[in-house]
Amino acid sequence: MSVAAGTRAALRQPAPPSFASKIKNFLRIDGWGALVLPLLVFLILVFILPLFVMLQKSFTDPTFGWQNYTAIFAQSVYVKVLGNTFLTAAIVTAVTLLLAFPYAYLMTLATPKWRTVMLVLVLVPFWTSILVRSFALVLLLRDTGVLNSLAQDAGLIAEPVTIIRTMSGVVIGMVQVALPFAVLPIYATMRTIDRRLLQAAEGLGDRPSGAFLRIFVPLSLPGVAAAILLTFVQALGYYITPALLGGPKNTMIGELIVQQVSTVLRFGFAAALATMLLVTTFLLIGLASKYFDLQKHLMGQS
Amino acid sequence: MTKSQETQYESSGAPIRISGISKTYKELTVLDSVDLDIRGGEFLTLLGASGSGKSTLLNILAGFVKPSGGTIEVDGVDVSRLPPHKRGLGMVFQHYALFPHMSVAENVAYPLKRLGVPKAEIIRRVGEALDMVDLGRMANRKPTEISGGQQQRVALARAIVFRPRVLLMDEPLGALDKMLREQLQLEIRKLHKDIGITFVFVTHDQDEALTMSDRIALLKDGQIVQLGTPEELYNAPSCRYAAEFVGVSNIFQGSIKNSAFIDGQHAREFKLPLGHAKEGTGLMIRPEHMRVSPAGQITNTIHDQIGATVEDCIYLGSSRTVQARTDAGALLIARTEVPRSPDGIHAGAQIQMHWEAADARVLA
Repeated sequence: MSVAAGTRAALRQPAPPSFASKIKNFLRIDGWGALVLPLLVFLILVFILPLFVMLQKSFTDPTFGWQNYTAIFAQSVYVKVLGNTFLTAAIVTAVTLLLAFPYAYLMTLATPKWRTVMLVLVLVPFWTSILVRSFALVLLLRDTGVLNSLAQDAGLIAEPVTIIRTMSGVVIGMVQVALPFAVLPIYATMRTIDRRLLQAAEGLGDRPSGAFLRIFVPLSLPGVAAAILLTFVQALGYYITPALLGGPKNTMIGELIVQQVSTVLRFGFAAALATMLLVTTFLLIGLASKYFDLQKHLMGQS
Repeated sequence: MTKSQETQYESSGAPIRISGISKTYKELTVLDSVDLDIRGGEFLTLLGASGSGKSTLLNILAGFVKPSGGTIEVDGVDVSRLPPHKRGLGMVFQHYALFPHMSVAENVAYPLKRLGVPKAEIIRRVGEALDMVDLGRMANRKPTEISGGQQQRVALARAIVFRPRVLLMDEPLGALDKMLREQLQLEIRKLHKDIGITFVFVTHDQDEALTMSDRIALLKDGQIVQLGTPEELYNAPSCRYAAEFVGVSNIFQGSIKNSAFIDGQHAREFKLPLGHAKEGTGLMIRPEHMRVSPAGQITNTIHDQIGATVEDCIYLGSSRTVQARTDAGALLIARTEVPRSPDGIHAGAQIQMHWEAADARVLA
């Protein structure tokens, strides 16, 4: 390139971008992008700001320092609640997966008509109020409830089996809430698996069960990981279900926070508990996104 | 290829006997009592249009589809009731069917692991198989990181690494572009010569079938209409369908009377080749046997001839294709040498098309 041409090219360079256009480029929005502003303002006002207030309170209420956080671990009852929260979430996640995986697999095999039926069956509870569902479960599961009466009348059991106010009750209630969050991502991943791969594996000398374990299951793992994450993170924060279906032994962190805010009025301590829950959730999501393309499997993007 | 690899993979191909294989779906008959003897070590192509039943027949051979009737014997053993994984046949699919979560080497190792081959030997044989298809450098790549042609080579390596005595291929080159397809056709042919096992190859592409096969079975509506070498299919098609499916052909319709062919459309009588069939409904002349002369200039009076008007004259470099229509409306095609100087054959010209009786074929 000649010197003259180089100078011309330099002259043609645009003026340095203004601050506004920098912001525009950063956010990659045009005029239409401004439509997102109302939501942004709404979220900042009712979500982000309160979050910071909570964070601040956890360090300043009643006095400045770490005392709210140290208090959580100072009393064994709070540590127990924490342990119980993680244990319950883990059990709920495991049970949900055990139910959701075969269900999602069956959905991939079903005819379009039956697939729709199966999808609706998963989604209908999802569209029903969680309060209604939990109370319905209470009626169904309590000692004098439908299940126990039926089993007693049929002579299957002599004494009613106590389900409500035990871990089993909590798990049943929470699994039922969590199922769609596990079935949907697993099904979305399974649907993309080419079934001809299974045929290929059998053609190469593998039994049908071996082909399933070695080809289908590994290829469905990203969906399973998304399901685990969604279920576990959700389960950590459950409040209504354990409150209605669990006993004092099954208190989870959500209930503890409500109790601290509405009965004991220890706002700083409640804020510290909530912050812990939030940080744990972020850590889990961060960990998961290191190993899996979360955008792809949670939002169906490629 | 080195000498040691040749001896490694040299094995006898198993013969396959297909007897009375049928497949029906409710009222639809896909295969209608097909009999076919495939010789050990031969390259047999199942050729046919879509819906002819060729893929179904291959899938029945592999065990993925259950036949409605009939038996399959491989090497004298009835395998009709065996599931795919107990048949020990290699299979290559049109869409490669490589396992996306495994590397190229793991894909190729898959059948060996199922057979319980010791680890050290797996590594050695995977390396050998990948070298055979010239992909040794790609061993650690994922299938998504290599090209379509390379993926199909991996699929080939995976299908032969466990030394099956039969390799089944279901339109393996269908998804590749023309250049790559022709290159892989030659590679697969060479591979067949090198390892000597029985190849059963499915395609709808007649050029591919002619290029690669020892024998071709032409299927139509679930039946084999002709079985023969590429030369036999091209030079002596058994019926009108075979003549039209394999290569380009000029066909006069009519009947045989008094050792002559009576063309109904043009009300003409043509001579028949020696040793012709007693019955027939068509007379076929391949374009390369059809000669053209400007009207009134024909000197060879032994040839049968018919007048026509040139519609198009296509220059192809090494040859020339002349499309001409007879007065009765039949389109005839001749492929001739390119003349050194203009010979009066051009669009709109009146010409005589003529041929030797020995080059004509009677169609059933």
